[in-house]
Amino acid sequence: MPVKRVQKTPMPERDAVLRSHDFGEVNEGYGIAHAQFEAERCLRCQDAVCIDGCPVRVPIPEFIHEIAKGDMRAAAEVLRSSNPLPAVCGRVCPQEVQCEEQCSVGIRFKPVAIGYLERFVADWEMEQTDIEITANLHRDEKVAVIGSGPAGLVCAGELARLGYPVTIFEALHAPGGVLRYGIPEFRLPKDVLDWEIEQLQRLGVEIQCNMIIGKTITMDQLMGEMGFKAVFIGTGAGLPSFMGIPGENLNGVYSANEFLTRVNLMRANDFPNADTPVMVGKRVAVIGAGNTAMDTVRTALRVGAEHGLIVYRRSDQEMTARVEEHQHAIEEGVEFHWLTNPIEVLGDDEGWVTGLKCVRMELGEPDASGRARPIPIEGSEFVIPVDNVVLSIGNRPNPLLLQTTEGLKSNKWGCLVVSDGSSETSREHVFAGGDAVTGAATVILAAGAGKNAAAEIHDDLAAR
Amino acid sequence: MAKILEKRPLSPITKLYRVDAPLVAKAAKPGQFVIVRVRDGGERIPLTIADYDREEGILTIVVQEVGTTTRYLGQLEVGDEILDLVGPLGMPLEIPVEGHIVGIGGGFGSAALLCLMRELRLRGDTTTIINGAREKDLLILNEELGEVCDNLEICTDDGSAGFHGLVTERLQQMIDGDAPGRPDSVVAIGPMPMMRAVTETTRGKDIPTLVSLDPLMIDGTGMCGGCRVTVNDEVKFACVDGPFFDAHQVDFEEAVRRNKMYVRQEQESKDRTTCMKLAVGQD
Ligand SMILES: Cc1cc2nc3c(=O)[nH]c(=O)nc-3n(C[C@H](O)[C@H](O)[C@H](O)COP(=O)(O)OP(=O)(O)OC[C@H]3O[C@@H](n4cnc5c(N)ncnc54)[C@H](O)[C@@H]3O)c2cc1C
Ligand code: SF4
Ligand code: FES
Repeated sequence: MPVKRVQKTPMPERDAVLRSHDFGEVNEGYGIAHAQFEAERCLRCQDAVCIDGCPVRVPIPEFIHEIAKGDMRAAAEVLRSSNPLPAVCGRVCPQEVQCEEQCSVGIRFKPVAIGYLERFVADWEMEQTDIEITANLHRDEKVAVIGSGPAGLVCAGELARLGYPVTIFEALHAPGGVLRYGIPEFRLPKDVLDWEIEQLQRLGVEIQCNMIIGKTITMDQLMGEMGFKAVFIGTGAGLPSFMGIPGENLNGVYSANEFLTRVNLMRANDFPNADTPVMVGKRVAVIGAGNTAMDTVRTALRVGAEHGLIVYRRSDQEMTARVEEHQHAIEEGVEFHWLTNPIEVLGDDEGWVTGLKCVRMELGEPDASGRARPIPIEGSEFVIPVDNVVLSIGNRPNPLLLQTTEGLKSNKWGCLVVSDGSSETSREHVFAGGDAVTGAATVILAAGAGKNAAAEIHDDLAAR
Repeated sequence: MAKILEKRPLSPITKLYRVDAPLVAKAAKPGQFVIVRVRDGGERIPLTIADYDREEGILTIVVQEVGTTTRYLGQLEVGDEILDLVGPLGMPLEIPVEGHIVGIGGGFGSAALLCLMRELRLRGDTTTIINGAREKDLLILNEELGEVCDNLEICTDDGSAGFHGLVTERLQQMIDGDAPGRPDSVVAIGPMPMMRAVTETTRGKDIPTLVSLDPLMIDGTGMCGGCRVTVNDEVKFACVDGPFFDAHQVDFEEAVRRNKMYVRQEQESKDRTTCMKLAVGQD
């Protein structure tokens, strides 16, 4: 029987002071006792509205019920049947605007901790050594997947399960996309990602790194001499935007992508054991308030900054970061400058950053995005002294592939155009999904798109 | 991974490698570059493609041992693998004017002139290479460069070989009408001070000039923006828009300053490799 408890079973977390100096994971994860205790809160609704909140429609009450019964293996099976990256999603999904926002318990109490439970089951699965996975690539049609972010990984996995020989081509020297170079270790341990990738390899998926489609080989080569019958494009939205304000090229100014890549992919936190450095002074200002901004500012603290600042032109109400990231950032001592818009980066004679000139903002009428439009308050300019500025104001799709591939349509933001309700691009037998299509979005949306595309590719190949 | 098939010292600090990289060699065009990483935990550094052999699938790169990664690379021998090699990156060189094209190379930059000047000559241009170095021992690839162009000019700062003086002095003579004559276009590849001096030499003389910028890079695909440079008051990513830019529009001061961002860390890292080298040597 469901048990009424107002609060979620708290996630065991590492102490904020200790953790803000290392890269160990912040959330320690539920144990079996926590998980079963929390699972009891689920009402097992007839009309499970939480499922409507999940982009891949995980049968949530079903897997939670298995946890309550203590059958973790069954829970894992239910979960995997709909979400190919549960260990990742359980950690990084913005549950508060997806499944947990819909949860019926949440009407009066705190919603069931669906994300924590999902992570628990996936972590349990990772510890099992007896889970059988064997490659069975019994079909002839080879499929190419471009990009190894969540969209590409999931698409490849699904296709391999259907029996297709799949090759993933990745531009960087390691697979994972944003999961590798963007989201930091303290939120998504690379072991988790490596494990997921290993499962795909056990399924027979081949991954070729250091391959830039459009540079090393073209789409035409892939589909011509190399013999791939269908292609999935999951190249993400990796092109960083800059603000265009004076001083942006001073020494000590980074894009969030560069800052995070230096640490996550290149391991600058281990310099000089690793060879890539990152420059952090005492005070680091991060411009923006999405997940990337929170990850950046918390990473800055971990690589030696004494003060991490978030500077955002809107208020905390409009911030797009997950609630948990914001909360963790507060606990770790991040300083928030809301309604503050940077207008110039200031530097010294040698070109090093010394400060960020800002203007205070007030909120006006809602804009096209539905959020209150920030308006500068005249004469309110002031300077925040900082040693580094990191811009985290958004990313757009990388044009590399488009520039060299004929017949691929994109919109004015550089996003690939697909037909309504499908992942078909304007080029025959070429499909796309994830951030490359939607612009910067979420892991689960990318994963869902990869999964749907795999089904469409299967149909497309069967129809030939 | 790319296997080293041949390794040849060109000067005390410069080495030439021919590596097995069929896909890159097949796609490479003059002026493009690759990014390599030579060990786990290693950094990613850009290296100019000096030459390529499409049939054999071989890529030629020339490396000057200046930092940590180039030193690690210097220790690799024939048969060893370069851990990661990706490319070709950047835009191929396009020289809009035809006629007498002068390619100026300094240090390892001379190597990049190999495929570049050969292609220009095939296009029908008259080609001159000015190969410069501080002293005779540091000059590289004289013989090979001589084969790919119409006129090879050698300059050393100390006069130990060829013209006694800077490449820009020799260039100025040509602009003034000395044989082989006034350039219709100039392309310079090498150390920043040299490229900057060349730029000033041709400025205002109606000689389109291109330089190959080498900012710090990570991914080489336009993902980090670390390689940004200002050209004609516009921000460009050198890895995707470059590496060649209209020299007279480049903000050199900014480019030089940005390249010095990590001097302290680079020294620290280099000191470490020196210690490690010594430690290995003492075994
Ligand atoms: C710092 C950060 C934190 C985030 N936090 C969250 C979070 O907490 N929760 C959440 O849901 N979402 C989060 N996101 C967003 C989420 O990571 C992305 O929406 C998701 O990764 C998109 O997946 P994708 O597969 O479409 O692309 P990506 O993950 O971007 O992967 C694309 C891959 O394609 C490769 N590629 C690109 N072009 C080529 C080419 N021509 N040839 C070969 N390979 C190519 C790239 O190198 C890259 O590896 C975050 C994003 C960032 C940057
Ligand atoms: S995948 Fe994300 S939205 Fe779906 S149930 Fe899991 S945590 Fe919730
Ligand atoms: S090297 Fe990262 S964008 Fe050019």
